[in-house]
Amino acid sequence: MDFMQQLVQQLINGISLGSIYALIALGYTMIYGIIKLINFAHGDIYMVGAYIGYFSITMAHLSIVPSLIISMVVTGLLGMLIERLAYKPLRHAPRISVLITAIGVSFFLEYTSMYFVSPTPRTFPAVFDNIAYHFGPFIINGQQMLIFGITFILMVALTYIVQRTKIGKAMRAVSFDTETAQLMGIDANRIISITFGIGSALAAAGGVLVGVYYNSIDPLMGIMPGLKAFVAAVLGGIGILPGAMVGGLILGVIEALVSGFVSSTFRDAAAFAILILVLLFKPSGIFGKNTREKV
Amino acid sequence: MGTMLKIDNINVYYGAIHAIKGISLEVGEGEIVTLIGANGAGKSTTLRTISGLLKPKSGTITFEGKEIAGLAAQDIVKAGISQVPEGRRIFANMTVMENLDLGAFIRKDKEGVQKDLKNVFERFPRLEERKNQEAGTLSGGEQQMLAMGRALMSRPRLLLLDEPSMGLAPLLIREIFSIIADINKTGTTVLLVEQNANMALSIASRAYVLETGRITLSGDAEKLAASEDVRKAYLGG
Ligand SMILES: Nc1ncnc2c1ncn2[C@@H]1O[C@H](COP(=O)(O)OP(=O)(O)OP(=O)(O)O)[C@@H](O)[C@H]1O
Ligand SMILES: [Mg+2]
Repeated sequence: MDFMQQLVQQLINGISLGSIYALIALGYTMIYGIIKLINFAHGDIYMVGAYIGYFSITMAHLSIVPSLIISMVVTGLLGMLIERLAYKPLRHAPRISVLITAIGVSFFLEYTSMYFVSPTPRTFPAVFDNIAYHFGPFIINGQQMLIFGITFILMVALTYIVQRTKIGKAMRAVSFDTETAQLMGIDANRIISITFGIGSALAAAGGVLVGVYYNSIDPLMGIMPGLKAFVAAVLGGIGILPGAMVGGLILGVIEALVSGFVSSTFRDAAAFAILILVLLFKPSGIFGKNTREKV
Repeated sequence: MGTMLKIDNINVYYGAIHAIKGISLEVGEGEIVTLIGANGAGKSTTLRTISGLLKPKSGTITFEGKEIAGLAAQDIVKAGISQVPEGRRIFANMTVMENLDLGAFIRKDKEGVQKDLKNVFERFPRLEERKNQEAGTLSGGEQQMLAMGRALMSRPRLLLLDEPSMGLAPLLIREIFSIIADINKTGTTVLLVEQNANMALSIASRAYVLETGRITLSGDAEKLAASEDVRKAYLGG
């Protein structure tokens, strides 16, 4: 029974971590879907989100939920600003120029943050007392409950927006065929901007939640989760929203199992081994059709 | 009946390629005008420029007296021009209904949209039967009908059609053209691009012939259909 208990416990840990990957992966996949850009600055957006949450809690003395909302709004606006200043002028430029710009934006965010908040890690304040919920032999702590709850709400909200609202339909149209969407009277630039806003806000939520979960944030914290979330997006099928959700969760669970049963040294290696396997055997990802939809 | 659309001496480039070389044309209110020409003549480029997807380097495009060259594509739809693009370009991963909703994207009058939806379903009953079906699974003819229905959902005053007969069986082509004539009778002005010159000339009142970016002939559709030059070049003798 001991093995089973440990297995379930690792699954709980894996889903917590995976939820955060999923939140970041959603932004990657949405932005890729709409302008075919691997936004390498996305992990750094998540870092900025974590810091905004941190300052809302420590300096404005807000509790976790208002801090989370503020972080999502401010980071969302930052994402829109970055798109406007860095990517929009390159709309008709070769793909590689935009990619290099994204790497530039990434460095810019990392080192500007270092300048303003110092490179030393900060301790994210504890937002709960150490509560733990016992479900039979299993333990879910308060942080994990928060992660599950917030992630669930955000995913339901996102799915609703994309599937049911006018803006969501426009997002799907622009991402399927930008020109034809414009022939419907859709302002593609506005929809692209909104997509960056939503994607960045989701990453910010991930950043705040990771602060709550691991208690430590620093200006380079976005690099590794950014790469992992990219792996998650590719695993699920880049450009496909449910793919990012499922890809994130799978990656989180695999990492938790590897660190629980093998060794945490191999955790990161496992993520990238998955990337290589996916690229070798199903490059379009779990949810991807093998034929490209866009001609 | 006044002039609805007036294109005056536009030049359009793709990078260094000079695709449209000083075209002028007019479409009167209530007319069906057709633009015919061989592959690569610049027919689609002309329509894409009218819709604002491309900007002319010089020249003017006036619609109902207002200058529209240089406006963003969405503002041209709002002005009252909608386009059925070449190859239909339906949103294949969405349902028929979602495609039609997107056609009405710019509209705020819910009741008017409901009424137009009813009209579209009356005109294309097959779309109503398949309204919850993914659009990519429709047959070619049905996809053409969807693209036309979608364009009508914005309630355009000028409808641009780019090769609606492309890839369809003769019987279906005849059906599509009779629908176009009917759409025109109910008050929508039509600018029709075609390679199937025979069919196009049979429903149009006037026509322009485009050759490598220039208009080489224009006039009454019946007269052009009878002309020796046009018969040789576009009507198979
Ligand atoms: N995106 C593009 N980039 C560069 N050149 C282009 C592009 N699109 C079209 N052209 C060129 O512009 C010219 C006109 O093309 P256009 O598509 O308007 O022709 P068309 O009359 O619609 O032909 P078809 O009957 O084959 O549809 C052609 O020489 C074509 O090669
Ligand atoms: Mg064409």
